[in-house]
Amino acid sequence: MIVNEQVAIDHGLNKDEYAQICKLLKRTPNITELGIFSAMWNEHCSYKSSRLHLKKLPTKGKQVIQGPGENAGIIDIGDNDAIVFKIESHNHPSFIEPYQGAATGVGGIMRDVFTMGARPIANLNSIHFGSPQHKKTKNLLRGVVHGIGGYGNCMGVPTIAGQTNFDSSYNGNILVNAMTLGLVKKDKIFYSKAAGVNKPVIYVGSKTGRDGIHGASMASASFDEKIEEKKPTVQVGDPFTEKLLLEACLELMAGDSIIAIQDMGAAGLTSSSIEMASKGNLGIEINLNKVPCRESKMSPYEIMLSESQERMLIVLENGKEEHAKKIFDKWNLDFAVIGKTTNSKKIELFFDKKQVANIPIKILVENSPMYDRKWKKAKLPKKNKIKKENLKNLKIIEVLKKILSNPNVCSKEWIWKQYDHTVMGDTIQKPGGDSGVVRVHGSNKAVAASVDSSAVYCWAHPLTGGKQVVCESFRNLISVGAKPIAITNCLNFGSPENEENMGEFVECVQGIGEAAEYLKFPVVSGNVSFYNQTKEVGIKPTPSIGGVGLLKDYTKMITMNFKELDNIVLVIGKTVGHIDQSLFARNILDEKNGPPPEINLFNEKNNGETLLKLIDTGYIKSAHDVSIGGIITAVAKMCIKGNKGINLIKPKYLINEIEYFFSEDQGRYIVEVDKKNLKKVTEILNKNAVHFDELGTINEDKLFIDEKSKITIDELKSSNTTWLDNYMSN
Amino acid sequence: MKSSVITFPGSNCDRDMDVALKKFGFKNKMVWHDDSELPKSDLVVLPGGFSYGDYLRCGSMASKSKIMQSVINFANSGGMVMGICNGFQILVETGLVPGVLLRNKYLEFICKNVFVKINDKQNRYFKNVNNEVLELHIAHNEGNYFCTKDQLKEIEDNNQIAINYCDESGKIDDKFNPNGSIKNIAGILNKEKNVLGMMPHPERMIDISLSGEDGSLFFKNLINNLK
Repeated sequence: MIVNEQVAIDHGLNKDEYAQICKLLKRTPNITELGIFSAMWNEHCSYKSSRLHLKKLPTKGKQVIQGPGENAGIIDIGDNDAIVFKIESHNHPSFIEPYQGAATGVGGIMRDVFTMGARPIANLNSIHFGSPQHKKTKNLLRGVVHGIGGYGNCMGVPTIAGQTNFDSSYNGNILVNAMTLGLVKKDKIFYSKAAGVNKPVIYVGSKTGRDGIHGASMASASFDEKIEEKKPTVQVGDPFTEKLLLEACLELMAGDSIIAIQDMGAAGLTSSSIEMASKGNLGIEINLNKVPCRESKMSPYEIMLSESQERMLIVLENGKEEHAKKIFDKWNLDFAVIGKTTNSKKIELFFDKKQVANIPIKILVENSPMYDRKWKKAKLPKKNKIKKENLKNLKIIEVLKKILSNPNVCSKEWIWKQYDHTVMGDTIQKPGGDSGVVRVHGSNKAVAASVDSSAVYCWAHPLTGGKQVVCESFRNLISVGAKPIAITNCLNFGSPENEENMGEFVECVQGIGEAAEYLKFPVVSGNVSFYNQTKEVGIKPTPSIGGVGLLKDYTKMITMNFKELDNIVLVIGKTVGHIDQSLFARNILDEKNGPPPEINLFNEKNNGETLLKLIDTGYIKSAHDVSIGGIITAVAKMCIKGNKGINLIKPKYLINEIEYFFSEDQGRYIVEVDKKNLKKVTEILNKNAVHFDELGTINEDKLFIDEKSKITIDELKSSNTTWLDNYMSN
Repeated sequence: MKSSVITFPGSNCDRDMDVALKKFGFKNKMVWHDDSELPKSDLVVLPGGFSYGDYLRCGSMASKSKIMQSVINFANSGGMVMGICNGFQILVETGLVPGVLLRNKYLEFICKNVFVKINDKQNRYFKNVNNEVLELHIAHNEGNYFCTKDQLKEIEDNNQIAINYCDESGKIDDKFNPNGSIKNIAGILNKEKNVLGMMPHPERMIDISLSGEDGSLFFKNLINNLK
């Protein structure tokens, strides 16, 4: 095939990029080389629109061992233990083929983690769907949930937490973000940086097929009506092979044979080989006839661009080939020496004894395009004046029932009971709480993780929204008694070529950065997914934040269910009554404008750290952060989980009762305290200048405000637990 | 007491079972599916997981692996063999216990706590357990136990049903059947009662921080019964 500008454009490169390639090579690339450039220079692999802004994120900290730039981030949790973690998107494939798209998303992120030598110990996910009424939503939800479960369950890694949202902005572009945590010994971490010349390059795992060719390019473009034609670009997952690959890799890693290892993810053999060579400042030579292929007559172009799953590339020490082969034979996996490292600093490919590609690695990596895209700054929307008479006729209990059954608030048990969340025998907080918690096997420590996003706030004001998501993650970890350590982010946005979408990206990243910096909650890994749009319509800006925290003593873990009758319930943090962009405003008042609640980072940090101190003293019996739906929704959930009621005290301040109960002011937690410890608790809160209100007393079975406003917990429970079951069974 | 846990390609509860057995006093050995000889054991466990990816019928590939001939011989000579979840599926494929396991009635994987009523206390697995009802954990996609009418009659006549799904009080009713199993069967024994297959995972409930502690009751009792 003759390569020209049009062929390059069909590969997703633009005219300037093609001209740049010819200039750098000082010739026209052949088709295999063009394929390699298109794979390395697409948005998904090159971060060409985002790099400039991502650089500004805080990535360092006392406990950070590895920040962004490797397969995953790594944090130190003491005693020579480290946690490897990352979140990644698989949005485009999941919309085209929900089961395989979601399954391979989970498979891919687990590979990123065990490539570094860590055994995966927990999976999480954040999934976003269109309006429940949209004709595709139900099938997409079912397919995605089956796919996530199908892969994670088979791997034997518990899925411990997640988040599911519905919003019409995802009608044409769903989001599937998968996160994995792995456990590794600090002195047994593996990296992708090759070292030494003439070292054997080994291919292990599944055979290479024609699936997923140009998957990464597909994920770098918008959808149009021809989307069905893209099905062949979706990879097909084989969790069984991945389980074997995991065990085989960990067995090989126990010795000292491996110099570098890299999984073949997006852009397959191309990006993995180039990355290893580039990081080691080396060249690499590959004989493509040696690559194990699933189908006959695959061309060099297809072999290099296939995104077949469950494959790894390893640079071995000389003389270790036999030892390594034995291990992969035992696990019935393909093993082939396909090439070697060189000092040419080029990638050189051979097929049928002919050279089929010869590109200096530097121009693929360092000369890859970087754009300073135009972006528009978002104005803070004006506050709405809510007319008091609109609130007058509302009955608190009726509103509460509506909110509890809202698709974005209701119980997601239908989803998580399909995920094995107890395998590995260390899950001490299962899905449905503020964070999932797993013990560090055989120790007193536990790791908490949560994944959060607040697209509505980010849409209303990206800078505030960006900060808020980080704060929410911080709170979810603190609510279970974990000290927040670091985050991973998955940045899901529309087209970077659209100034408004790009502005949303830039300002969300700025917000994330500011909050992460202030809270000492650095970003150690992440992924950007642009072009989540169909034709001209983009999704609401949706950065997902995966937070990880540590409990030094897992017996001090807190859950949100109310524990004992007559205990006192407090709300920590100040309530000013911010209604705009709350679930109440959007769904009950049908008011979609206005700014999101303000973030005060000082209060956020102070409130959170003070609560952690209180938890450490043992005075806190249960805790839950206040998020969408406000105080009363948080309290209702604690009642439902604990099967207990509460006598709520009417607020003393002058704001309206409705505003008090449903506003979404930030930095707040509900906590349960034993009466006899109340004084000690309030002393500590006062000493740390943390605002709190006494909210009520726990009773047997009713949420009670006054004679006119009361409801049994059973009724609340049925409001909360029936929507999703009914939706999926109709 | 010596135990052996078999690891098949795709087993994923093998480590959890190892942890549980050791916690309650067994000297446990992990045995690779491709070995031909079983170490000297008082108990052999086929653990949960997705052996061979469950790509054919669940358990069918594993039932033909090399070690299984030794396991079958061991069982036929009266040795105690217990299959949990995928291990149960492997056992039915070998024919050591009767029946088959179909896909769950609602076609979905289920991970949750369930109550089971102990039906037979003559066997060495459940003998001397004080409770009538245990709270255990299930996590499976194919746990819907089925057998023919004749088989069922035989199973009932021989008192081979080990445990049935029930509610907290021990009431056995379709309402408490998580997967559509015939007669709410959660676990079954062979005629001689030395082979037990069950869907629930006792190894996931062995300390207070996990989903519960009834698994501890099961293992403590089991090792005492074997002494």
